[in-house]
Amino acid sequence: MSAALGSAALALPAELDLAVIGGGVMGLATAYNLALLAPALKIAVIERSYLVSGASGRNGGGLRMQWGDRGNVALMIESIGLCKRLAQELGINLWFRQGGYLFLARSAAAEARLHRNAELHREVGAPTRLLTPADALTIAPHLCAEHLRLASFNPEDGVVFPWPFVWGYAAKAVERGVLLRTHTEVQGVSPAGDGYRLDLSSGEQIRAARVLNATGAWSGHLNRHLGIDLPNHPHRHEIFSSEPLRPFLDPLVVDLDSGLYFSQSTRGELVTGISLPELVGYRDDTLKQHSTLRFLTTIAATLTALMPITAGLKVLRQWAGPYDVSPDGDAIVGPSPGHPNFWQICGFTGHGFMMAPAAARLVARWLARGEGHPMLTRWDPSRFLSGAAARREDMIIG
Amino acid sequence: MTARAFLCRCEDVTLGEIDRAIDRGLTTIEEIKRYTGLGTGPCQGKECTGALARLLVDRGLARADALQPFTARPPAEPITLGLLAAARAPFFAARPEEDPDPKDTP
Repeated sequence: MSAALGSAALALPAELDLAVIGGGVMGLATAYNLALLAPALKIAVIERSYLVSGASGRNGGGLRMQWGDRGNVALMIESIGLCKRLAQELGINLWFRQGGYLFLARSAAAEARLHRNAELHREVGAPTRLLTPADALTIAPHLCAEHLRLASFNPEDGVVFPWPFVWGYAAKAVERGVLLRTHTEVQGVSPAGDGYRLDLSSGEQIRAARVLNATGAWSGHLNRHLGIDLPNHPHRHEIFSSEPLRPFLDPLVVDLDSGLYFSQSTRGELVTGISLPELVGYRDDTLKQHSTLRFLTTIAATLTALMPITAGLKVLRQWAGPYDVSPDGDAIVGPSPGHPNFWQICGFTGHGFMMAPAAARLVARWLARGEGHPMLTRWDPSRFLSGAAARREDMIIG
Repeated sequence: MTARAFLCRCEDVTLGEIDRAIDRGLTTIEEIKRYTGLGTGPCQGKECTGALARLLVDRGLARADALQPFTARPPAEPITLGLLAAARAPFFAARPEEDPDPKDTP
């Protein structure tokens, strides 16, 4: 039998160097990268349910360099660069396909954002180009060009199938000696010396010199055990996937004005989501993952208008998952305020999956060697102590 | 049955692939679905879940009275986007349509 990709029965030692809580892409990729850099460390990943049960198994699988902020563009150039050789490194088919991202602008405001982005991307070195509506149709011929003013295209952007991506990191982490404990909830966290004591749902108590909270939208529960008050919060988003079709759509298309995005996965399905208008007086921050008819009818109306041939396309299934929303749109990564050995890798605001390859490597280098990076400075969880941080990113989609 | 027998005909998941998942310690229906893609095709598990459940019980990996199928996702059967869109005002027509009262949202 090969080493298990998570087990409730796996024995954990009483003392760990690092306990990673959360078996999503962030926790697993960080554990894997850290095990590469510091093989002597005793590392365990503890997951409440099964791997990919959270947002890492529920996202649309898009990876793009087309951001509105310099740091995010550079980070995603690095992340996509890593993805190009990740299938070989992880030994698994990630269904990675670089069909580009095609952004559509149907308003003056959206058009201005695309112009600004193109300029910025040129400076940072992302190969984004602006397209006329006619040129956009050569890349996605089935689009309706009505009201279309401008488009932008980056051929390096792409999509993956999120599930094998997570399994790949898990398998390699285990191969490097990371302990992978699933179906086990961390029910209590308390300071113990310089580290922490974790109370597990199995009744075990273990001690960890350092803890990494990689539970994303669920992270507030853990933080509250220690009185750590961070402003990230869950926000429910929905996606559906269609019946599989033969390949007909190369890029992932984003309609900036409606927040609609859709791509064809390598499996042939159309995978698509949209920004749903908030309901007045109703804020869903409960971590419920139910599906709604409101989502399905809203997205059907938008998608069939923008790409009329989809009217005959059948919806196979819809599901929901939480964005882990940070008020300034930037992630929350590093030591927690007042708790230097309790780290966060959270707050990626719905775009953590695409950032994980680069972000997890940065955090692993920081943990192993104390190596800094401008994004780590920017992601400092303590930045909120000095008042509200400014939002610099307006390319958060969905 | 050979390792090449299909358990999930929509996604071409073979018995051999199920064996590999079990070999990696994945013995719940939810985990095997996410490791192999079983049940994610047009039938949404209606055809293959029973066969997988039977296999897990036969091998002593699950108790028949405790087994649950994976989460059922809407729609109950495949339905076209055209039909769903018709339940809504046209996108390019005068928006903003009234959003439903939160109490009416499922």
